[in-house]
Amino acid sequence: MRALGPRLARVTLLRSLGLTGLAAVVLLVLTATLSDYRNTQLATGAYYFAALAGLTVLAGLSGRISLGHGALMAVGAYTAALLISKEGWAVAPALAAAVLATALIGVPMGAAATRLQGPYLAGATLAFAVGLPALADKFSSLLGGENGLTVNPPIQPSWLGSNFSLYHWEAWIACLGALIVLFVLYNIVHSGTGRSLRAVRDDEIAASLCGLRVGRTQTSAFVLSAACAGLGGGLLAAVVQQLAAPGAFTIQLSLSLLAGVVIGGLGSLVGAVWGAALLVLLPNWTNDLAHSFSLSTNVSNNLPLAVYGIVLIVVMLVWPTGIQGAVRLLRRLGFRRRAQGATPSSAAWTSRKRS
Amino acid sequence: MTKFIDLTLNGISTGAVYAAVALALVLIWRATRIVNFAQGAMLMLTTFIASAVINSTGSYVAGLLMALVCGLVLGALVELTLIRRVEHAPPLNAVIVTLGLYTLLVAVAGMIWGNTPRSFPAAFSLRGYKVGHTTLLFTPNDTFIVIMVIAVAAALAVVFRATSLGLSMRAAAFAPEVARLLGVRVGRMFTVGWALAAVAGALAGVLVAPSTFLGPNSFDPILISGFVAAVLGGLDSPPGAVVGGLLLGLALSYVSGYEGSALVPLAALVILVVVLMVRPGGLFSSTQERRV
Repeated sequence: MRALGPRLARVTLLRSLGLTGLAAVVLLVLTATLSDYRNTQLATGAYYFAALAGLTVLAGLSGRISLGHGALMAVGAYTAALLISKEGWAVAPALAAAVLATALIGVPMGAAATRLQGPYLAGATLAFAVGLPALADKFSSLLGGENGLTVNPPIQPSWLGSNFSLYHWEAWIACLGALIVLFVLYNIVHSGTGRSLRAVRDDEIAASLCGLRVGRTQTSAFVLSAACAGLGGGLLAAVVQQLAAPGAFTIQLSLSLLAGVVIGGLGSLVGAVWGAALLVLLPNWTNDLAHSFSLSTNVSNNLPLAVYGIVLIVVMLVWPTGIQGAVRLLRRLGFRRRAQGATPSSAAWTSRKRS
Repeated sequence: MTKFIDLTLNGISTGAVYAAVALALVLIWRATRIVNFAQGAMLMLTTFIASAVINSTGSYVAGLLMALVCGLVLGALVELTLIRRVEHAPPLNAVIVTLGLYTLLVAVAGMIWGNTPRSFPAAFSLRGYKVGHTTLLFTPNDTFIVIMVIAVAAALAVVFRATSLGLSMRAAAFAPEVARLLGVRVGRMFTVGWALAAVAGALAGVLVAPSTFLGPNSFDPILISGFVAAVLGGLDSPPGAVVGGLLLGLALSYVSGYEGSALVPLAALVILVVVLMVRPGGLFSSTQERRV
């Protein structure tokens, strides 16, 4: 076992590098071929992915669900927007600061989350998501009240040529952020830390008997997840929408994030890609649908929300492992031999149903 | 000093509403070990129905009764169609299903009635009582709210303590296997529990709507406060829920009066976290907390 450990680690690192590199190439080609509008959608999907990946890893690795990730995105968004608009910071350090600030907020939340079981944690994070946007009103001179903070768009460097559009550049920044999240989370999920987290999730007492620090492990999972949400929020405010306003971070955002991770499959990083696609494309589809059936604005505005609600209910009742669970099942049926190497996160997730 | 008295009186009436929502959550928690995050949306829906009935008939009583009946039906329906399927799944699944129901109901209400909050009539005058020359911040309608909540809490206490239905429900919640062996129809008791809880919720919605206005998201803070009140009281005890509701109503009234209403949900969050850290079983529990 001793000799195998470092070799496995190297394989994980190589595999994650390959995965991220492949995704980078695909995104590079994709951004070059897509229209400006589609590039904006891609950038939107990228910041959703950052937040969803953090949320799904939290659910998969620690068996806990946070309804506060919409509010954590707000923390990241406001940090980045404040630093850029008031202090004149560049985008990259502002995003780094957004990640740091959200991670810091994540520490007390994670410490609380460690001691709270399912419904208690859901209620506490729900209160956080409902309560936080009101702060924008309370400190309106600093945070801009209902109108929020506007940010100047990032300017594309001149060496990219004059044909290189701003939207293309924004998509690059957002996708780079998403790739960093993918790389970091993939390595953590498949590292010793990831295994400790799963051990703690499945049996706290056994894990602490093995010498794992239960509280610290779970808090770190929450902090990691919060940092990803902060990056997502920072990308939203500083790069894609160039605006941080309380209207973007309602409880609906947190619930749609939850719908995104549930439909992709709780605990699955690839599932987060499905979820991000859903969150980006669904409002468009329902808009088109409402147009072609000439539905009233009340109906068309609320249609995405209704779909999220139905997704949450139906997926949980019928197929709790989501899209990625179905993909895995198909793959397992196709390649029986590889069944034993199936990703541990999903297997462990379903095994929690034993009680 | 008058401000303090006003805030105290105001806290009692909002606390009564929190107590009703907390009762709804506690009844469901006792029956099925699920926190019903859809409660806020369920009571929003019944309040919209009450509003429609009041507008068409002009009778407040008809609207209130309609809301209570719809709450009863809705609660039973939700338990039968959705909750029964996740009762034995991991707790997270039930949480997600109730959140999905919340999302769906909010969206449906928005489709039918629009997202702009509207006004809702009060049962009695909203002009405060006069003591000498000062007008108190306590109105005849507040008296009505407090009396109605006390009446419902008392009725529930009677049902649980003094009827055979209540005994069966307590047995089903306490030891489902044994209760089933003894001939209690456990599933049906759970349905009744959900229905009764939804009635308490529906009442809270109609009572609080004149001051919060009526919109798809108007009752989110009420749900949060109800949840915090329920946890404060121990999540397992109906009397605890009532006391927790009143305590929280007072605390949040002071926060709102002295620091501004924007901070109320965050203050509720702070109280929730402190209670869960110090006494996870609530203020009145004797059970051992979970140590990590």
